[in-house]
Amino acid sequence: MNNFETEKIRKDFPILNRKINGNPLIYLDNAATSQKPISVIESISNYYSEYNSNVHRGVHTLSIEATDAYELARTKIANFINSKPEEIIWTRNTSESLNIVAKGLSKSISEANNIVISKMEHHSNLVPWQQLCIETGAELRYLENDSDGIIDLVHAREIIDKNTSILSITHMSNVLGIINPVNELREISIKFGTKLVIDGAQSVPHFLVDVRALDCDFLCFSAHKMLGPTGIGILYGKKELLEKMDPNYFGGDMISEVTYESATWNDLPYKFEAGTPNIADAIATGVAIDYLTRIGMDNIFRHEQYLTEYTINKFSELSNYKIIGPKIIKNRGGVISFNHKNLHPHDVGEVLDKFGIAIRTGHHCAMPLVRSYDIVAAARASFYLYNTKDEIDFFIESLIEVENYFK
Amino acid sequence: MVSDELNEMYEEIVMDHYRNPRNTELLSKPDYEVEKNNPFCGDEIKIQISLDQNQKTVVSVTGRGCAISQASGSLMAEKINLLPYKELQSNVDLFRKLIRDEILSEEELDLLGDVSALSGVRKFPVRIKCAMLSWVALEEIIKKNN
Repeated sequence: MNNFETEKIRKDFPILNRKINGNPLIYLDNAATSQKPISVIESISNYYSEYNSNVHRGVHTLSIEATDAYELARTKIANFINSKPEEIIWTRNTSESLNIVAKGLSKSISEANNIVISKMEHHSNLVPWQQLCIETGAELRYLENDSDGIIDLVHAREIIDKNTSILSITHMSNVLGIINPVNELREISIKFGTKLVIDGAQSVPHFLVDVRALDCDFLCFSAHKMLGPTGIGILYGKKELLEKMDPNYFGGDMISEVTYESATWNDLPYKFEAGTPNIADAIATGVAIDYLTRIGMDNIFRHEQYLTEYTINKFSELSNYKIIGPKIIKNRGGVISFNHKNLHPHDVGEVLDKFGIAIRTGHHCAMPLVRSYDIVAAARASFYLYNTKDEIDFFIESLIEVENYFK
Repeated sequence: MVSDELNEMYEEIVMDHYRNPRNTELLSKPDYEVEKNNPFCGDEIKIQISLDQNQKTVVSVTGRGCAISQASGSLMAEKINLLPYKELQSNVDLFRKLIRDEILSEEELDLLGDVSALSGVRKFPVRIKCAMLSWVALEEIIKKNN
């Protein structure tokens, strides 16, 4: 990539200087969590050493500074996905965001309804809906996909109907890397008034996601996969829907008025943010957004596509390794799951670690999907803006070494 | 490039059992059977046991998974096959001792025989579960039938 300055970017990530088992770290586990630039790391220590204070409460200088920084971060998130600050709720992670939606919508669901999800959902976008269906008697329906993960839209038109209250789908699969046709699914479901929930854990960190253009009702994602800290996630919801939804947690900050007998709820987004929030990490998330914006989401996505295409081509030279998921670059992000025809992914991952290469092995929190490929687990390499072509070359060479080791 | 530690885990005997697992023929009428998996990594093990007229164990171990889980199952099968059923638990205890990095006497190591080749796993905490899987499954059989 000519205009993408990976070497310069890498200098911003202190962890990339680490050696693992004597080799330079090659971090290919970005779908699990991303590394953090120095600006994000410093933002956290800066908050604690310069203006640590509680938000929305005090009249003193520190509290005002903390509140301003905290709310500024919310505005940055809002702008990043083209929404409004009152539509952005801080949560702990994508899972919590999805659970808040599932619980919040539960009152409007009955046994007459159905909920549609795909077969490639992360457990966090499967189990909450499964539980909601068990509780309410609603039917859980699954979209079908082919072995590359391409959703069958003809079938989708058959199962999405006037009783479909919720359609919840991952924007990009954390196993297959495929980007799902959310626009088409919106089009199919809109006439039924179906609420569209998007699990953006793998999409928001890697390409521009515009909630107005998608016309989605909810979008859930985590900061830690997009250069931000762990322990903080985001729930976007359309204002009119959030207003109707009941909060899951009660306590400080989320109330408007409290008597000994009753309470009324605060305005959005505070209604959903009970208790002292994760101030430091929210602010650091804003700094992560600044970093991503400065590099440019389009540039990041282009770089990842370049690496992905390069890797897919290299894999065709490895006769015993097979990619699980699409082998073309169209509608695809930088997540490549693969398996060796004889070796278990754990063994592959263990030897790669000795070469300094970090990949994920296991079921990737998508057990039913992994099982549908008649495998017990898979290995996965996933890319981000700091990965390089040289790293991929070494990764591919190492895969051959792994094979030789077990021969 | 590959470290000694790794070679210790994937020891020669271990790799031999991984490539050529022993006692994999299914029993037609097992007295006991258990299937166990480790959902975290997807290792699967099935153990069948029949007792012969002398209360000796006839065992079959099959499954799929990583080298450590499968080799451990095979090593266990080889170890316990034709052992008196009442001696199985003491073997489970001994293996657990080995994996927990406790000090074993010469005599105990002798008792474990080839199974002690799995001691290299001790340096890889995430793989201990893989090595334990078949032994935990065996213990389940013993406990159920006590």
